[in-house]
Amino acid sequence: MVVDYLDDQRVDRLFHALADATRRDIVRRALSGEHSVSALAGVYPMSFAAVQKHVAVLAAAGLVTKRASGREQLVSTDVQSIRRATALLDEFEALWRERMDRFAALLDSAPNRGDQT
Amino acid sequence: MTVTYVHKDAQARTLTITSEFSAPIEHVWQLWQDPRLLERWWGPPTYPATFVDHELRVGSVVNYFMTGPGGDQPRAWWRVLDVEEPHLLRFDSGFSDEDGQPSTTMPFMTNRVTLSEQPGGVTRMAIETTFSSDGDMEKILSMGMEEGMMAAQSQIDALL
Repeated sequence: MVVDYLDDQRVDRLFHALADATRRDIVRRALSGEHSVSALAGVYPMSFAAVQKHVAVLAAAGLVTKRASGREQLVSTDVQSIRRATALLDEFEALWRERMDRFAALLDSAPNRGDQT
Repeated sequence: MTVTYVHKDAQARTLTITSEFSAPIEHVWQLWQDPRLLERWWGPPTYPATFVDHELRVGSVVNYFMTGPGGDQPRAWWRVLDVEEPHLLRFDSGFSDEDGQPSTTMPFMTNRVTLSEQPGGVTRMAIETTFSSDGDMEKILSMGMEEGMMAAQSQIDALL
């Protein structure tokens, strides 16, 4: 069950990474393309080191990727993983919309059933 | 239109869908509480759900199966976490193994249903579903749910 164990660890890292408002904001900003850590550090009222630490947590969770460019560290959100999750959520939305359609039709067709409570 | 608001957060793997119904809150609650009514909307026409055990009480396990066009009967469960009739229902949901027990290897999700009374005899229902991981979303969608999705595609198109 080594694989399960690793999966659990991965999920924990993911949740931990997304539990912080600054980190969620970094993910959002880095969706539009590469941002340097120093540019990100200018956005938040915290030290460069603190931002660097946030980026490290996000990278460990697989939410962003880092690459070095000269002295800069460039951060970008892993768009592939976000897109995949979005496509799946789209499917799920369609499923629930369909359920809500039946739900409404049922309420309209059987208004008296609710009086049993 | 029934559905008034949809919010998808890919990062948090959460879908929130809000609907409004011109019906008293007790009637809306009844569609969750009464298994015979629940069966009429939970599964699509081609994959109807049959609820075997169903009691909305904290800690209780709801068991149901779906029946596909080929006679296949995937089983699934809810575990009730919170009940505040007629305002709140929170439950985990997932698939069952062949013995009808909650599968220990299959993924699950957490659902939070909130009902509130709005002016003009309208009841608002918000359903928030959270997947524990990307992998879980994929597994859940590829198992059992997508059959209904495909069968219901024309209805969905009509809705949108």
